[in-house]
Amino acid sequence: MDSAFFDSYIWPALVVTLHSLAVILALLVSLAFFMLADRKIWAAAQLRKGPTVVGPFGLLQSFADIAKYLFKEIIIPTTANKPVFLLAPFVTMFLALSAWAVIPVNEGWAVADINVGILYIFAISSLGVYGVIMGGWASNSKYPFLGALRSAAQMVSYEVSIGLVIITVLLCVGSLNLTDIVLAQKTVWFAVPLFPMFVVFFVSALAETNRPPFDLPEAESELVSGFMTEYSSTPYVVFMIGELANIVLMCAMMTILFLGGWLPPVDIAPFNWVPGPVWFILKMGFMFFMFAMMKVIVPRYRYDQLMRLGWKVFLPISLIYVVLVAGFLQYFDMAS
Amino acid sequence: MTLTSLAFYLFASVSVASAFMVIAARNPVYSVLFLILTFFNSAGLFVLLGAEFLALILVVVYVGAVAVLFLFVVMMLDIDFAELNEGFLQYMPIGATVGLILLLELLLVFGASSTLVDKGQLPSATPEGMTNAEALGRVLYTDFIFLFQTAGAVLLVAMIGAIVLTLVKSNNPKRQDIAKQNARTREDGVELVDIKPGEGI
Repeated sequence: MDSAFFDSYIWPALVVTLHSLAVILALLVSLAFFMLADRKIWAAAQLRKGPTVVGPFGLLQSFADIAKYLFKEIIIPTTANKPVFLLAPFVTMFLALSAWAVIPVNEGWAVADINVGILYIFAISSLGVYGVIMGGWASNSKYPFLGALRSAAQMVSYEVSIGLVIITVLLCVGSLNLTDIVLAQKTVWFAVPLFPMFVVFFVSALAETNRPPFDLPEAESELVSGFMTEYSSTPYVVFMIGELANIVLMCAMMTILFLGGWLPPVDIAPFNWVPGPVWFILKMGFMFFMFAMMKVIVPRYRYDQLMRLGWKVFLPISLIYVVLVAGFLQYFDMAS
Repeated sequence: MTLTSLAFYLFASVSVASAFMVIAARNPVYSVLFLILTFFNSAGLFVLLGAEFLALILVVVYVGAVAVLFLFVVMMLDIDFAELNEGFLQYMPIGATVGLILLLELLLVFGASSTLVDKGQLPSATPEGMTNAEALGRVLYTDFIFLFQTAGAVLLVAMIGAIVLTLVKSNNPKRQDIAKQNARTREDGVELVDIKPGEGI
């Protein structure tokens, strides 16, 4: 094996692998704290304290939970379709983690800064539905199946409005590259001129990730816990991690598309001393707080209301907004 | 180049194998899952050609939307496999003819494109000086805008046609009037009846 081969193939592959591993590790550890934050916020809103026992302020609660799940016995229903049943949670987690390859936390900090980054994330997040459908079908029981069907319809519906919102942002940027999208917000964050789209995206993201108030696929009062009913132990925790990673991914996406990514709110003295990644994490944390608050304050939707909101309210609004933004940019000759 | 060709053979062989499994699998849900694998590997082939936009559109449209609907329908079917195999010989001639025609057409296209490769006339997936999203946009929305719009109009008509053909008109349709639902107040929804003991309503 000569050194040219090493330099051109082995070394880059090694660097990318280590880079990806670092991202995944950081992500998984932060997910544990996001989970805890979710529970703490929920508890605080209900005048409870939430987890307090494991570690100081209950900080290590998620790790204790994960350890508990991992050491439990895996129970697979006898009538379940075993390969698909076990594949489903891993599909969910693998997809949620792989989208993070293109997320730039700071300028040039992404594992792969590809030209069609936003399309890549959109493609990956639209595949999230497979984990749910496969899990629901393979369980071979009534409630999981109903949950999977609900989820499939819901995620496909809200993807449409998410796609159109992304198109409005792309019209203003003129590029599909995530770094370009952030840099285009130097003067003003897109959350200001495109505020209605920001709201549409936020609500669609809630529906896309099956979060309350749109958590009908796992509505515990009707479907026990939807597509996850038959899951236990490790497959269950893998499902949970995948779902949470998807939620945090949506927060990162909103940060990049609307809140200026790693850019400070205003580019003056005390703000631009703070390094970019800190801003990125702060904004993501804010979006996650909003996600958690939605769970607390909004009651669950009825399924027909959910479908109506997606197809009859969000789709026309975002479609009209695409036309308006395109016309505006063309008229004032601002298209890049 | 070795790595690229290795990747090509990986994607190509997996996509051919999974395409075969689509028609060979006994369980229709497995068929759809293998179909998704085929789409993924074709997307990989597109990336190798430098057409990353097309690759991701393939994933978004076919895997993210079309295959979901396939899976949705197939999952709910209750299929009797023995009955399915009975008609095999009956439909064999038609299937074989269609397959043969497709194979001939593919061979013709392959022959034509390989002569173009020899002359170096094959259009590139990565034109000079622009990303391939831009290049595709230029072709679709600038050079061939009228043809593109016509295709869109045809699709729209086909979609409306499909809806009109399958719409079942019932004599007593139950429609929701959202404004009416929202305008409903406590006063017209709830009536407080004072019932004297032992009398009933």
